Amino acid sequence: MRVTEEAYASEGFAGEGAAGVEQEAAGHGAGGAAGGAAGRGAEHVGGRAGVVEGERAVVGAAEERGPGGAQAAAAVEPLLLGVRHHGPGSARGVAAALAAYRPRVVLIEGPPEADAIVGLAGDEDMRPPVALLAHAVDEPARAGFWPLAHFSPEWVAIRWALSHGVPVRFIDLPAAHTLAMAGAELPAPGGPGADGDPDPGSAAPGEEAAGPGGGDGPEGAGRAAPDPEALRIDPLAVLADAAGYDDPERWWEDAIEHRMPRRPAAGEVPDGGDAAAPFAALGEAMGALRERYGDGGHDRDLVREAHMRLRLREARREFDGQVAVVCGAWHVPALRARAAVTADRRLLKGLPKVKTEVAWVPWTHRRLARQSGYGAGIDSPGWYAHLFEAPDRPIERWLIKVADLLRGEGRTVSSAHVIEAVRLATALATMRGRPLAGLAETLDAVRAVMCDGSEVPLALVADRLVVGDALGEVPESAPAVPLQRDLARTQRALRLKPAAEERELQLDLRKETDAGRSRLLHRLRLLGVDWGVPAASRASTGTFRETWSLRWEPDLSVRVVEAALWGTTVLAAATAKAEYEAAQAGSLAQVTALAEQCLLAELTDALPVAMQALADRAALDTDVGHLAQALPALARSVRYGDVRGTETAALAEVATGLADRICVGLPAACAGLDADGAQEMRTHVDAVHAAVALLDPGPAAEGAGAGGGAKPGAGGLRGRWAAALRVLGSRDAVPGLIRGRAVRLLLDGGRMPAAEAERVMGLALSHAVPPADAAAWVEGFLGGDGGMLLVHDDRLLALVDGWLTGLSGDAFTDVLPLLRRTFAEYEPGARRAIGELVRRGAAAAGPAEPDGLPGFADEVDAARAAAVLPTLRALLGTEEGRQ
Amino acid sequence: MTTTTGADAAIGGTASAGLSAGAGGAGGPAGAEGAEAADAALRPHAEDAFAHELAALAAADDRPRPERWRLSPWAVSTYLLGGTLPDGTAITPKYVGPRRIVEVAVATLATDRALLLLGVPGTAKTWVSEHLAAAVSGDSTLLVQGTAGTPEEAIRYGWNYAQLLAAGPSRKALVPSPVMRAMAEGMTARVEELTRIPADVQDSLITVLSEKTLPIAELGEEVQAVRGFNVIATANDRDRGVNELSSALRRRFNTVVLPLPASPEDEVGIVTQRVAQIGASLRLPPVPEAVDEIRRVVTVFRELRDGQTADGRTKVKSPSGTLSTAEAISVVTGGLALAAHFGDGVLRASDVAAGIQSAVVRDPAADGVVWQEYLETVVRERDGWKDLYRACREISA
Repeated sequence: MRVTEEAYASEGFAGEGAAGVEQEAAGHGAGGAAGGAAGRGAEHVGGRAGVVEGERAVVGAAEERGPGGAQAAAAVEPLLLGVRHHGPGSARGVAAALAAYRPRVVLIEGPPEADAIVGLAGDEDMRPPVALLAHAVDEPARAGFWPLAHFSPEWVAIRWALSHGVPVRFIDLPAAHTLAMAGAELPAPGGPGADGDPDPGSAAPGEEAAGPGGGDGPEGAGRAAPDPEALRIDPLAVLADAAGYDDPERWWEDAIEHRMPRRPAAGEVPDGGDAAAPFAALGEAMGALRERYGDGGHDRDLVREAHMRLRLREARREFDGQVAVVCGAWHVPALRARAAVTADRRLLKGLPKVKTEVAWVPWTHRRLARQSGYGAGIDSPGWYAHLFEAPDRPIERWLIKVADLLRGEGRTVSSAHVIEAVRLATALATMRGRPLAGLAETLDAVRAVMCDGSEVPLALVADRLVVGDALGEVPESAPAVPLQRDLARTQRALRLKPAAEERELQLDLRKETDAGRSRLLHRLRLLGVDWGVPAASRASTGTFRETWSLRWEPDLSVRVVEAALWGTTVLAAATAKAEYEAAQAGSLAQVTALAEQCLLAELTDALPVAMQALADRAALDTDVGHLAQALPALARSVRYGDVRGTETAALAEVATGLADRICVGLPAACAGLDADGAQEMRTHVDAVHAAVALLDPGPAAEGAGAGGGAKPGAGGLRGRWAAALRVLGSRDAVPGLIRGRAVRLLLDGGRMPAAEAERVMGLALSHAVPPADAAAWVEGFLGGDGGMLLVHDDRLLALVDGWLTGLSGDAFTDVLPLLRRTFAEYEPGARRAIGELVRRGAAAAGPAEPDGLPGFADEVDAARAAAVLPTLRALLGTEEGRQ
Repeated sequence: MTTTTGADAAIGGTASAGLSAGAGGAGGPAGAEGAEAADAALRPHAEDAFAHELAALAAADDRPRPERWRLSPWAVSTYLLGGTLPDGTAITPKYVGPRRIVEVAVATLATDRALLLLGVPGTAKTWVSEHLAAAVSGDSTLLVQGTAGTPEEAIRYGWNYAQLLAAGPSRKALVPSPVMRAMAEGMTARVEELTRIPADVQDSLITVLSEKTLPIAELGEEVQAVRGFNVIATANDRDRGVNELSSALRRRFNTVVLPLPASPEDEVGIVTQRVAQIGASLRLPPVPEAVDEIRRVVTVFRELRDGQTADGRTKVKSPSGTLSTAEAISVVTGGLALAAHFGDGVLRASDVAAGIQSAVVRDPAADGVVWQEYLETVVRERDGWKDLYRACREISA
């Protein structure tokens, strides 16, 4: 803040007005300082305003005898209502001031393009929170939002004007300019959201992203443009600092919102002077600030305020000065300043322009809240809505609401609790020297009295009440949303026309256009617009092919409109939706699926969010089964990423982390499973094994010779997985099925020498082992390979044979179903071969191979290998092949 | 201030013939356990140690005070949080933590509600309650130490049996509890470790807190609380084997949870300081440059406790143990002993590894997995932590 002061104090805007040659006289005429004498109850207003500008008016009066003197007819001061966007107290103040002053026109800070559709605000079906959306016609990603809640002063003013038949005009710089200027600042506007900003709000880097919702202050300190931010002053912070507050929000609440007039009782005629007094005082404070800081680093404000002044002049001329202006308090001094018309026009000359359209879009409280990143910038829309709605006793009513919510969630909260909470909140407010208990005090009281000091139920209160779930609605007659336009444009670019009849589309992802089509379809699916549905690929199983079945149903257009809530372009909307779902997803598998979808749809910005959600869920999930379910999809995604050229380093990292957790948790999770559980776990073990192989394509045979002595934790992920398998294979508490499977996977992977496997098998098939358990071990060890192992490994066959023949009659009958299940899976050929081997008594033959992979000799048989070469050459199309 | 203490001591003197849980002599705290007495003898009470600050605050304090309060609520919170008075007297901060906590606690007392301070061990609950009582009532000695054996007499009243037998039931034979005296005099009573007190004894507080009277059935009388009476209780919210408060009792308290140190630096500071003190009293040879190792221990504890890594990027599971600052202190102290007696005199990863593991793994099944996961996903990847990883793996292998 201090830095800012010094940087900007020197180039203040204050001099601008004085330097003007041609002074506009629409303000005071000859009696400038005296204030307007006319106008329904406006005396106080004018009078106070006059005092505020005292000295300046003297200077002005001297010069006003110039060319502007003729227009002295418009002798009424405009009612300048400097507000805080979304301030309920401001809103109430605006309502009271308008009712007292009864202007003939209401001017509002906002894009003038919206004048045409402001009438919709009076529509029955229009329910705030809504937002005015302005976007460039050719490039919907370039857009700005002006969110309005029902407690926003602007909304109150609009509704007042519409219900009293008074015209409403927006006086801010046209969106045509702001969006164009925003575009000029963009490094590369390129495609829609070229740098992939997921937030439609900040996708318009124009300051209006925070728009009238500039939240923090009269003019948003929370604006989207990144760098200049640091240099801008937050006028509120300066005022709060001066008043000894550390939190500007709290200062504003204490000094302004809580002092604004309460809603007048029915029938009571509000006193005009009182209604406008806070605004005058605030204007004064802002005037002092502006004198000190100039534009405070909000450099574009000069242009905007020049435009506002010009529009204000027009309106005053047209309506005899009976004008009310609702704008950020920050702008009030600038509107009051007498700048030269020519100077203002000069400022506005040559601004870049872009064709824009405006629309109303539904909004939510969550987006008004700062934490969702949508930039309207208030912490507690629900609290503000309550303050605005509550007819009286806001604290008591608020705590009763809280008690209701907590009761609904099953906490015992009695009226006594509410009483004590009110007392505590009030005592706290007194201790902290606040005029009225604010949100902080009530929440402290709720925590101490109703929540036993715990943050958990309090989080619920914060989410459901302080932020709130309100969802706005927009009438059907509202103009088309930019998302539709963006979709149409993308469809044209990709030569993919929506058609009602069903057709199949084959995509080769190696081609640019096809990849684009695939992305579009995947993104639409994420948005719930199921234009294309993936179909089973017939032609090829390659990962670079996709088959879609396309069909445009009429109701898909409605879905597009619904999806407009998420953003202005397909990319932005899909990104926002994916991020939202990542935060909402309940189970790990859902997040994994979402991550896969993000990859397919190439939502590079949503992917990290999904990854974070995934990592968080994985870290907290104690069910290894869930982790094991999630891993294969992830491993696939890592592979897919290679085909599509997406950055998958983060994904691989998460997947490896997941695999590590499985390695740690699996032995414990496998203990004490029943037969069904063991079956399920076995599929998990197999799936994880395959996934680990995908994730860590290290040398497969590494460590084969090291045998059981391989150190745990050595040899990367594969090594750790092998260590986990070894634990599984040797732990008695683990069901036989899984133990057998683990040993088999180790054997196949060359991580366990055949001799060791034989020893382990002998152990598992000892007489002391219950036959059922041994049979399960056999199923785990031998199942699923078509019987090739037994055909090729005589020693193992001999072991199985020996165990089987040694079983008693009863025991044999017991294990028969299990054995049958195991052997029924074998190929008929393999079964016969095994049978013949057993009959021949080959089981008695000597060891086949001492070590190494079963079924393979130590040396390569060169002669047999050579026989394959001609075919290979023909396949590869090498020269030898052609010869 | 001194006069008050003297008067109290006199009252305490008459009562000292009473039951073990009655007030001790010479302003000593209630519990008659040797440790408590030694504690009291070793260090002065808050109201004596900070008498000058309290006096300066009382002089500078022109805000309205609740009846029988020595200071206004504002001054009480200044006393706890520290600050500088207009006359230049510096008030040392007694509690380093969120301002909100202290403000809610003081406002609770000011609204005549009982205050329950919750928190894991080592979060300064007793410290805060002592200073609150000292600042509000000028006397922090009206104390009931909660144990599994705390009798009802400790909260209500007992009898001087010699008197009782000689002269029959009368007020002279009655031995008032600290709570009863606080009621009669409009002072702040303190109950330490409320959840350790058996449930039926706990519930005798209900009448005191809701009706603000204490009937003496034997005499057909009652003691009515006068304005200014209040109760500050402390309890441990993560300890095992406690007697949960009945909801009837709980409803009569406003609860304030004292958090663990907010920043790692605070915690490292607390651990370093306490370890140095304990090391000195145990006469351990001084071990140089232990700070880095302490920082590591604190980081491990904080991460497991918070459920996420210090950089906020990865979540981890939390074990069932509390992993409080106090435990970190004992791990480091144990490590220092190892390093000094069996090692090379420098605190190393291998000295603290066993201590960390035994603090983390309380429940071998569940916590074991949590600890292994933490080792594999966090410790193994971290730069410069290889030695700790190896040391921990060696222990668990």
